[in-house]
Amino acid sequence: MSFVLDNTGTIPVPGVVPVPHSRPPMLRNNALMDALFRNTTRFFAFVVFSLLAAILVSLVVGGWPSIAKFGGTFLFNPEWDPVQEEFGALVPIVGTLATSAIALAIAIPVSFGIALFLTELSPVWLRRPLGTAIEMLAAIPSIIYGMWGLFVFAPAFQTYVQPALQNTVGQLPIFSTLFSGPPMGIGMLTAGIILSVMVIPFITAVMRDVFELVPPLLKESAYGLGSTTWEVVWRVVLPFTKVGVIGGVMLGLGRALGETMAVTFVIGNAHNLSRSLFAPGNSIASALANEFNEAVGEVYTAALIELGLILFVITTVVLACSKLLLMQLARREGVKS
Amino acid sequence: MQKTIILAAAASLVAVAAQAADITGAGATFPYPIYAKWADAYKKSTNVGMNYQSIGSGGGIKQITAKTVDFGASDMPMKPEDLEKNGLVQFPAIMGGVVPVVKLEGIQPGQLKFTGALLADIYLGKVSKWNDPAIARLNPGVKLPGDNITVVHRSDGSGTTFLWSNYLSKVSPDFKGTVGEGTAVKWPAGVGGKGNEGVASYVQKINGAIGYVEYAYAKQNKLAYGQVQNKAGKFVSPDDATFKAAAANADWNSVPGMGVILTEQAGDQAWPITGASFILLHAKQEKPEAGRDVLKFFDWAFRNGGKMAEELDYVPMPDPVVKSIEASWKKITDSGGKPVL
Repeated sequence: MSFVLDNTGTIPVPGVVPVPHSRPPMLRNNALMDALFRNTTRFFAFVVFSLLAAILVSLVVGGWPSIAKFGGTFLFNPEWDPVQEEFGALVPIVGTLATSAIALAIAIPVSFGIALFLTELSPVWLRRPLGTAIEMLAAIPSIIYGMWGLFVFAPAFQTYVQPALQNTVGQLPIFSTLFSGPPMGIGMLTAGIILSVMVIPFITAVMRDVFELVPPLLKESAYGLGSTTWEVVWRVVLPFTKVGVIGGVMLGLGRALGETMAVTFVIGNAHNLSRSLFAPGNSIASALANEFNEAVGEVYTAALIELGLILFVITTVVLACSKLLLMQLARREGVKS
Repeated sequence: MQKTIILAAAASLVAVAAQAADITGAGATFPYPIYAKWADAYKKSTNVGMNYQSIGSGGGIKQITAKTVDFGASDMPMKPEDLEKNGLVQFPAIMGGVVPVVKLEGIQPGQLKFTGALLADIYLGKVSKWNDPAIARLNPGVKLPGDNITVVHRSDGSGTTFLWSNYLSKVSPDFKGTVGEGTAVKWPAGVGGKGNEGVASYVQKINGAIGYVEYAYAKQNKLAYGQVQNKAGKFVSPDDATFKAAAANADWNSVPGMGVILTEQAGDQAWPITGASFILLHAKQEKPEAGRDVLKFFDWAFRNGGKMAEELDYVPMPDPVVKSIEASWKKITDSGGKPVL
């Protein structure tokens, strides 16, 4: 049986004649107010949309001399020669993706561990100060991370960690390439590690918040059935919160992709393509920060703007992929995997 | 109430008027400390302020072309045809030197000797060990370790890079062919630091590193600078005297716009990697008062600013050069063709 709603929003009951609905006089203005409010909010929502479109358009227009000159080869060309005006984005693109990947590879397990400890294992009196401390990490300006990375982390990394890595895992087949070259302290790996420290608070904060949202009833039921803490987290908490967890990871990835100052300090800023993670590289954001001020000539400036466009596209694609992933997950909800 | 509003409006008008009298400039970062110091002293003596934004030479050229500032500043002289095209007049305002610096166990400032060709080979990645015979030959008696050479260059575009690459191109055909000169070039080797301070800190952090910085940074950070062989075949150390010697023999009027690059100058005492920073003004001034204020400022700076410049390890323009600079100011006119100063 189904009811048809009439325009007053009441459910017609058989046998009862609905009383004709008239608005009291004080509410007569409401229709106007509603329309006004709705259109104002809609206007602001569209402002955001048109701003985004305007940014995209101005990036394309600004980068056009470079797009027209290099076309699709721009994406795959490792050359970056301001003197000969030959530009390619391969090195910064690889650097951006590689450093972000390293950052996530470190940050996801660490953040998961921290969030797990804070919500499940930590004594109650410790949760607050520990949680605040991690949130404080997010409040540190990125340039401070960069300076810390260059002045404190890089020298220690160069003297103690890099030689140790080369002597141990560096002997294994793939790692011998990844960890080859003279240890300099700065480079892609250092940039990735610094980035991971920067994104850990974001991912942790989101994970902790969503873990806390899991109804105690569910967890207690699982415990009641004899599950261990790990089983509760793995079988109950994570499946319940996967959307939020992925959202947190994407938030971290978004920050890692666009991070500028901290990366500039430690990545080495060299337009060289190397298989080694110890080698200096470049990221899109840091190339822009470094070179935009002093870029002379139309093509050079345009090439940098096109780099910005590529970063814009990468971020959009990442965001779109995460939305798709979430939709996929939502569709499989309730289906036994 | 209304009275307050009127007063406030009047006050803001006055504020705008006072700001309009200030000189605005933008450009090169290298001369920023001395321009700022001059501006401060000038404000005290004449009550006219000068607001200089150190946004980089490229930005300075863009800003003056777009007429958003009264003058632009660039470390790389503009080509005569570009000056002509944009209707700009150019003159040098201050000089400085670029020095190679190293970080090696037991090496003191001024101890290592380089030739231009050797520096070029190091920056091309051809000489990659500190005990390479090419280095050892120039430095008998110096104990050189077998460390790898880590080349440090600028990651941002810079007048410092321009002077360095211009010098290496002059002394090494190979460098000229594969890298060339410019404010940003394609370095075959090494890591990039942002700004002089970035290069200086990389050199201090990495054992076996070599970099190039403005002399002031090398001096202030007590970096181990090297001696370089000049055109006369003499090894010289960077200091005020050798920078001045490089400027002394230059023929400033040989290039329109006085765009002389002071690298590899003749003279026994000349430091081979010296350069000037340039000021750009529109030849036809839409606001003659603004143009006049700029010229007055630099006239004052040339006369009274020499000591301040030396305190900051810059080299002021020599007197004969100032004379020909000021003679060239006749080209800066109002729309009627009358010189503004």
